[in-house]
Amino acid sequence: MKYLQLVWAALLRRKTRTLFTLLSVVAAFLLFGLLDSVRGAFAGAGSSVAGLNRLVTISKITFTMQLPKSLLERIRAVPGVADVTYANWFGGIYQDPKNFFPNEAVAPNFLDAYPEWRMSPAQRTAFGNTRTGAVVGAALAKQFNWKVGDKIPLQGTIFPQKDGNNTWTLDLVGIYNITDPKQRAQENALLFNWEYFDEARAFGNGSVGWYVVKVGDPARADAIAQAIDAISVNSDHETKTQSERAFQLAFASQFGDIGLIVGAIMAAVFFTLILLTGNTMAQAVRERIPELAILKTIGFTSGSVLGLLLAESVLLLLLGGVIGVLLAGSVAAALEATSGFVLPPIVSAVAVWVRSLGMMVLIGIVVGALPAYRGLRLRIVDALAGR
Amino acid sequence: MSALVHLRNLSKTYTRGLQKVEVLHGIDLDIESGDFVALMGPSGSGKTTLLNLIGGLDGPTGGSITVGGERLDQLSENALARWRSSHVGFVFQFYNLLATLSARRNVELPLLLTRLSGAQRRQRADIALQLVGLADRAVHKPSELSGGQQQRVAIARAIVSDPELLVCDEPTGDLDRQSAAEVLTLLQQLNRDHGKTIIMVTHDPKAAEFARRVVYLDKGTLADNAQRPAA
Repeated sequence: MKYLQLVWAALLRRKTRTLFTLLSVVAAFLLFGLLDSVRGAFAGAGSSVAGLNRLVTISKITFTMQLPKSLLERIRAVPGVADVTYANWFGGIYQDPKNFFPNEAVAPNFLDAYPEWRMSPAQRTAFGNTRTGAVVGAALAKQFNWKVGDKIPLQGTIFPQKDGNNTWTLDLVGIYNITDPKQRAQENALLFNWEYFDEARAFGNGSVGWYVVKVGDPARADAIAQAIDAISVNSDHETKTQSERAFQLAFASQFGDIGLIVGAIMAAVFFTLILLTGNTMAQAVRERIPELAILKTIGFTSGSVLGLLLAESVLLLLLGGVIGVLLAGSVAAALEATSGFVLPPIVSAVAVWVRSLGMMVLIGIVVGALPAYRGLRLRIVDALAGR
Repeated sequence: MSALVHLRNLSKTYTRGLQKVEVLHGIDLDIESGDFVALMGPSGSGKTTLLNLIGGLDGPTGGSITVGGERLDQLSENALARWRSSHVGFVFQFYNLLATLSARRNVELPLLLTRLSGAQRRQRADIALQLVGLADRAVHKPSELSGGQQQRVAIARAIVSDPELLVCDEPTGDLDRQSAAEVLTLLQQLNRDHGKTIIMVTHDPKAAEFARRVVYLDKGTLADNAQRPAA
């Protein structure tokens, strides 16, 4: 610790330069925290359903493939299943493609599976009784200034109606609220009646996108998931029963190979960071040759000088990196609140911290290695003579 | 007085590109403990090279250097560094203080290599600053001090670990006459009152007058009239 003052003094020698370098490290690790969390989420999603009380059953081939509605009662009959409901992705557009929000046709009992989505009993009843009825989350209603009683025309992008009309006009009969901040992103969805959707759509009748299964005993979730999937084994509609989270992530992964994209971005970010920070460190050491010579003169060994210079670059990376990862946690929380994509916790995630700290130390050593080697090889008499 | 520094048949050759330049050859010199020696001679005569060899900053090409009973020419680089940290203090022409550290922190630097606690280091640094008359400037950065004051901080840094030997390379070369006189008086006090052995390279005959004796170098050898008491 007694050498920390020396390391710190070296960093403060050119405050502006250190500040800008620090900012670049912060930005790099802010991205790293977010992207590593995304990558980890995709890598770990769906590995286990143990302990969950709500499961999602989709096609084993791809979640975009429809499942027969006839599976409903067979799933309900699986021991341990408390209730089953279903839904279908609609993918409609409101006025403009950029107004994207999730919209789904859902079974009459769909909202029973989500008691945390709060809506008045009168609106629940209206949703059940209105063929063209729709409910939206409070955040979405606020975004488009919708009120109960409004008509919402959605343009179908996947499902036209039998009569060729592509406009699905829905009656807004309810607005739901979600109090749990971690689920608040679900307030950006629109749900409407599957019965209406199935009767009117031009194709795919009698099929659903996915089933939501309520489990009586979460401790048996694994066994129940296996039993559900066993129903359709060797059929043309084999299923995969997984956690809701894995299901959400499967949606996002349709945009591309997330792991590859994330890896490529991180590699580019760190490559740039190494060049930038390496250049800064090299410059900083070049300017301090006489100071380093003095340290050696008064008895610091070459190894000590090497250690000091490496500590300097590692400290810079650690400072910026820790701030970056902490910021990533805040940004992830903001993303959760505003988008439909929920990232796993970043700041409290040991794995993210371990990987981040590892990267900070590794990059610190890499960028400090060459300047530190120069410090190691420095000959006192040459340095003091300005050679 | 007993001999602190023994140089026998000392030589130093530098290689510059394809050329070999023999800077020192055949130097035999003894410097007694408690002496204050001024090394004088024209530019290129090898004064600084000789000082660097005595201070353990560089190794000789031939011959032997014994300081305080230690054969410096036989020590490894790391052993030499450890020896320097406890046996010799350095004062240079351009002070070479660390700009971002206060005077006290600069003085403390050699003590970082000891097992002293933070409080003990601070106490010793304050005593050293008091000795050089800068107790009231302990928290000032080098840029807030005059040239003479900076050189006195450098002297405090050189004596803080209580070495028996001080080597000074043109310590007044960058100072005005008044500040130079103050620094030289301080060195004289350290020699006279604290028994420090001082070897000082200088061009300035007036600075050499503060030494007990003067040693002349010319073209890498001791001049015929090499040693005489200072005026």
